Amino acid sequence: MALTREQIAQRAAQEIESGFYVNLGIGIPTLVANYIPMDKQVVLQSENGLLGIGPYPTEAEVDSELINAGKETITMIPGASIFSSAESFAMIRGGHINLSILGGMEVSREGDLANWVVPGKMVKGPGGAMDLVNGAQRVVVIMEHCSKNGQPKIVDECSLPLTGKRVVHRIITDMAVIDVTKTGLELKEIAPGLTVEGVLHATGAELIVDPKLKFIEVQ
Amino acid sequence: MKVRTSIDEAINDIQDGATIMVGGFGLVGIPEKLIAGLLKKGTRNLTIISNNCGIDDYALGTLLTTRQIRKMVASYVGENKEFERQFLDGELELEFVPQGTLAERIRAGGAGIPAFFTPAGVGTQLAEGKEIRTFDGKAYVLETGLRADFSFVKAWKGDRAGNLIYNKTSCNFNPMMAAAGRVTVAEVEELLEVGALDPNFVHTPGVFVQRVIQCTGHEKKIERRTVRSLGR
Repeated sequence: MALTREQIAQRAAQEIESGFYVNLGIGIPTLVANYIPMDKQVVLQSENGLLGIGPYPTEAEVDSELINAGKETITMIPGASIFSSAESFAMIRGGHINLSILGGMEVSREGDLANWVVPGKMVKGPGGAMDLVNGAQRVVVIMEHCSKNGQPKIVDECSLPLTGKRVVHRIITDMAVIDVTKTGLELKEIAPGLTVEGVLHATGAELIVDPKLKFIEVQ
Repeated sequence: MKVRTSIDEAINDIQDGATIMVGGFGLVGIPEKLIAGLLKKGTRNLTIISNNCGIDDYALGTLLTTRQIRKMVASYVGENKEFERQFLDGELELEFVPQGTLAERIRAGGAGIPAFFTPAGVGTQLAEGKEIRTFDGKAYVLETGLRADFSFVKAWKGDRAGNLIYNKTSCNFNPMMAAAGRVTVAEVEELLEVGALDPNFVHTPGVFVQRVIQCTGHEKKIERRTVRSLGR
């Protein structure tokens, strides 16, 4: 069975190590925060100027001047800090953020990412994604393996305008975990119940199957 | 000298065609009363530099409805259908800038740095036509500093000398914009006498601020009210 959105988030949370400073993108990446084990010391960065995102507020705690990059109301953990957008991106661009987890529309064989515009249809803008993919130490893209009309989102060459070139390290989808390596895309894990053939069929680029291939461990 | 007593007085010399930086991220830290003043004044052909463009019918979004904005420089405008419509119909000029590049271009502009190299955008259409240079094996794109005729910033507390303190994530683009405006107008919630702010905690030194106005009744609209249930 393909993973649910929550299970993708759960698998992505396993990428986070204790001591990491992590930036989570908008959408499924935001859900990842729910699955970080309590025993890991993790600081979440929000590019609008906060280190130390806490849980969503209770109704009584809602503060209109405390939001994350998705414009959601949030809280701060003890030890949080506030800063300007320039300092926030100094952190990001300067390689001080250990991990960036963000969504994707397409990822190519070489780790190119497209996730910010569909020409003529959707005009939203890159936000902080272009800075994050070029600045964070490690970039993990989480997305559905195929688009709503069944087209592979992992492809030889992106057809959509790029967010960054050769920037992705790992892709986590509802079907598989795939690494971008010097020799090509390597299939590391598949969702429980799926077959390698099924994953290959749903992928628009060649995959090298890791001899130590395993099933994704989620609940 | 810096204190103004009405919004009209604070912005009366802004002419059609002006370039204005407007602080805020989403709807947090936006100078909502100064934006409303611009709407009332009807100034046209504006170039607005701001991370976002408000939402439909609120904040900068209202200036779209009245067609007062000619060009927008922003990183993300996804919350605004009227923006998308005007842009796709070719009625509005748009310059997309990666968010970190936007912050740094404004910072550089205010800091007297005409241009800098950044990796963000390399290999994308946002770097097309711009100089690319390689440092230590990695490619970077040349981006220019930004300045503006006016900057509108929003602070929590300010004093009569223009020193400013922001509240939580309302800081965002405001400090860099304060420095990059040839005339910076600060909208503050609380205006204090000189000496009332602890110098250790001033975010924006008064040298960057030319006009201060105290405003009350800020709406501080919430874009996505997200709450957890008690007990989680």
